[in-house]
Amino acid sequence: MAEAQQVPETAQAPLPTGPSQPTPSAPAGATLLRRIVTGTPMVSLLSVVLAIVIGGILMAVTNPKVATAAGYFFGRPGDTIAEIFRPYAALVQGSIFNWEGADFTAQIYPLVETFTVSTPLIFAGLGVALAFRAGLFNIGAQGQLIFGALLGAYVGFTWHLPPGLHLLVVILAGIVGGGLWGGLVGFLKARTGAHEVIVTIMFNYVASFLLLFLLTTPAFQRKGSTNPISPFLDEDALFPALLGPQFRIHAGFILAILVTWGVWWILNRSTIGFEFRAVGANPNAARTAGVNVGRATVLVMALAGALAGLSGIAQVAGTEKYLSGGVAASIGFDAITVALLGRSTPWGTLFAGLLFGAFRAGGVSMQAVTQTPIDIVLVIQSLIVLFIAAPPLVRAVFGLNPRRPKKAKEPPRAKAPMSTSGAAS
Amino acid sequence: MSTATTATTRPDEAPEEVLAPLVSWKAPIGLGILAVVGTVMFGVFSGGKSAAFGLVDTGRGASAVAAWLALAVAILAAAWLSYAWFRARRAGHGPAGWIPPALAAAVVVFVLAVLGVAGVTVITLGARLIGWLSAVVMLALAGWSAWLAPRGHKLPRWGVAAFAIAFLVGFLVWIVAGGRDATPYISLAGLLAGAVTLAVPLVFGSLSGVLCERSGIVNIAIEGQLLMGAFSAAVGATVTGSVYAGLIAAAVAGALVSLVLAVVSIKYLVNQIIVGVVLNVLVVGLTNFLFSTLLTANPEGLNKPPHLGSIEIPVLADVPLIGPILFRQSLVGYLMYIAVIVVYVGLFHTKWGLRVRAVGEHPQAADTLGVNVNRTRFWNTILGGAIAGIGGSFFTLVAVDAFSKEMSAGRGYIALAALIFGRWNPIGAFLASLLFGFADNLQSVITIIGSPLPSQFMAMLPYVVTVFAVAGLVGRSRPPAMEGIPYVKG
Repeated sequence: MAEAQQVPETAQAPLPTGPSQPTPSAPAGATLLRRIVTGTPMVSLLSVVLAIVIGGILMAVTNPKVATAAGYFFGRPGDTIAEIFRPYAALVQGSIFNWEGADFTAQIYPLVETFTVSTPLIFAGLGVALAFRAGLFNIGAQGQLIFGALLGAYVGFTWHLPPGLHLLVVILAGIVGGGLWGGLVGFLKARTGAHEVIVTIMFNYVASFLLLFLLTTPAFQRKGSTNPISPFLDEDALFPALLGPQFRIHAGFILAILVTWGVWWILNRSTIGFEFRAVGANPNAARTAGVNVGRATVLVMALAGALAGLSGIAQVAGTEKYLSGGVAASIGFDAITVALLGRSTPWGTLFAGLLFGAFRAGGVSMQAVTQTPIDIVLVIQSLIVLFIAAPPLVRAVFGLNPRRPKKAKEPPRAKAPMSTSGAAS
Repeated sequence: MSTATTATTRPDEAPEEVLAPLVSWKAPIGLGILAVVGTVMFGVFSGGKSAAFGLVDTGRGASAVAAWLALAVAILAAAWLSYAWFRARRAGHGPAGWIPPALAAAVVVFVLAVLGVAGVTVITLGARLIGWLSAVVMLALAGWSAWLAPRGHKLPRWGVAAFAIAFLVGFLVWIVAGGRDATPYISLAGLLAGAVTLAVPLVFGSLSGVLCERSGIVNIAIEGQLLMGAFSAAVGATVTGSVYAGLIAAAVAGALVSLVLAVVSIKYLVNQIIVGVVLNVLVVGLTNFLFSTLLTANPEGLNKPPHLGSIEIPVLADVPLIGPILFRQSLVGYLMYIAVIVVYVGLFHTKWGLRVRAVGEHPQAADTLGVNVNRTRFWNTILGGAIAGIGGSFFTLVAVDAFSKEMSAGRGYIALAALIFGRWNPIGAFLASLLFGFADNLQSVITIIGSPLPSQFMAMLPYVVTVFAVAGLVGRSRPPAMEGIPYVKG
């Protein structure tokens, strides 16, 4: 017990645990400006800026064109700066607005594409975030996504049901598939104490190998194809297109927003959500208060798995339309960064998913236009999360840390903004 | 998994309480499941075929000198170990923990040497006979375990070892005999040597994990350390033209990844699992990006490292089976054996190791006694990163002579699994890595000879085994008590 008390709240920094609490009174002499500048939203913004700057430096250093332009930097400095910013311009052009597009459709296409790409990220991110709130690290969104996609796709191409019902059944199958795979982790944790991080990492591999195996069996492999891919899902089993055939966006995006609201409702308005947060904040206290911790663990993992399973459905019934070995891509891992950036709140996760979706969509066109490898997006993404997880680091970089020397007994400065982050929802 | 519900624990209890029930049925259940599965697979579904195992490297004759030498050493070692055991019993206390396994190893070497002296190069085993034999042994041991459980006893360690060996032998014979040919043949020597080679990065990775986690820092970033090490080794060795510079570059790169982990998690108290996961993504992104830009633009100048060849110790390398494993390795391979021994002795037989373990188990107590908790954790993490980095150099200096995208391919996570399966112990992690390397190599071998088991299931094996291990169905893996919890003085 003594140990637990020693750990300041920053230990669980990205796991906002409680409902909104009033901000502890700021130190005397702190101005309103300082509070704004050092507050949580500002740190998030600065983290993004810092990551983008570092990414820019990395791209500039490795780009031979920048080096060439820098050779006559003093003659025409504009060239160097233009070369440095070219990739980011392409990123924006590919993710938000294409100002070189011929008509409105072409101009707006990147933004719609961002929404499409972010749909599975939002679902999976919600799964990770929900588990975070109950104090569980769900590294297994990847595996849960695969299981959801596996079951959903199977139902989608073998059963032939009436329109409407078919899609509903496919969605349910995804929820069940992901939910079972996630719930099994919760069960093992509750029963045997097996650490969920290890179990989920291992389950990711088991799921992806199982997928690879099943895609070579007659039940899953496309007839007449030697590739490990499944048949196309029935037309009725697919999410309807939202803006016509010229865009890839589908009704899954609307579902993602609804589910975000649903997760918010569960967490903040329902009894079980309160239990989840109680267990996340302090399992011992929750148990004393009569919460069935084991049941909550199983349930939250099952729910998290179901959300990740929906992400798999967004893939097979939305953008991909069939099942392949690469159905999960790296969504399950990106989901972790999405949830962390969103500070584990449902709406925060939604916006984080949109931001990373924009990075993804823009990265593709950036690679095509400026030959900048899309991997830079991974670097920027992970840097953002790293900085966001360590607010003192970001403040130190921007020189925002209070100048007063801290006493050893005093809790770290990070405490104040972090503990209020639950308020965002 | 539903069978586990018979455990005498209630779901609403805390994990800590679940871990110490009065009577644990986990082991009998776990062993029982494995025994039944083994009986069905190896016994009931064994074909009538035989499996042939080559004992000598193909293309190399058996060396009589080496065999005689091994025979002599094995006899001397066995005699001395038996004497030590006997004397320990006479003195009234049991033998030291390392004596029984060492004696078993000496007996194995003795048998191999006898085979070598007799000029036997191929052993042929009937699948049905061996299958049923291993099934009987497994069922008997599982039954014994079930008999012991209500009496509050556990299966002795040699019983668990015998179970594992029975399962492994039964499995190997079953899977080889299922090949396409009339009498499928595999070279056991090649299989084992390949397994050790594949295990090299795993061993380094899991040692890195042992060093970090024993001091209380969770190291999920092993994958990133391996990958960064592989990248730096390739670039460093190419630029300087020296493999040794490449090795040093790899160690430094691994340590740098660890530096981020250590600083962010110790100084800024960020959750270590988050940092680890994020670092893995960061390293993948960074190495992919640099590979696509700098290395692809200039492969000759940046990505053409010299090869680190294997160094053969004469005569000893010709001992059947174990010669190539122990005495025909690359420099990285020899470093692996040294690292395992050094880390083991360091952690369990030195003052430093005692302090490290104290920091991981009870930092407050260690602090009270004057150990600087966070400094210990910091340097252990850095050291772990350097070791994992050297392991990463294996990819670019030994296995393939160039860096390619994401070439560590999840080995860091297997190393993590090996660390857990090896119960946070360097020797255990080493053996678990060997097992996983063996599974990996067997998977590629059986795809060639054709097998009854889809290769994807072989690939799954390490992960499933690890889940079993952490769930406590086969033994129990217990992490250091204060792992992942930052220490704040006061």
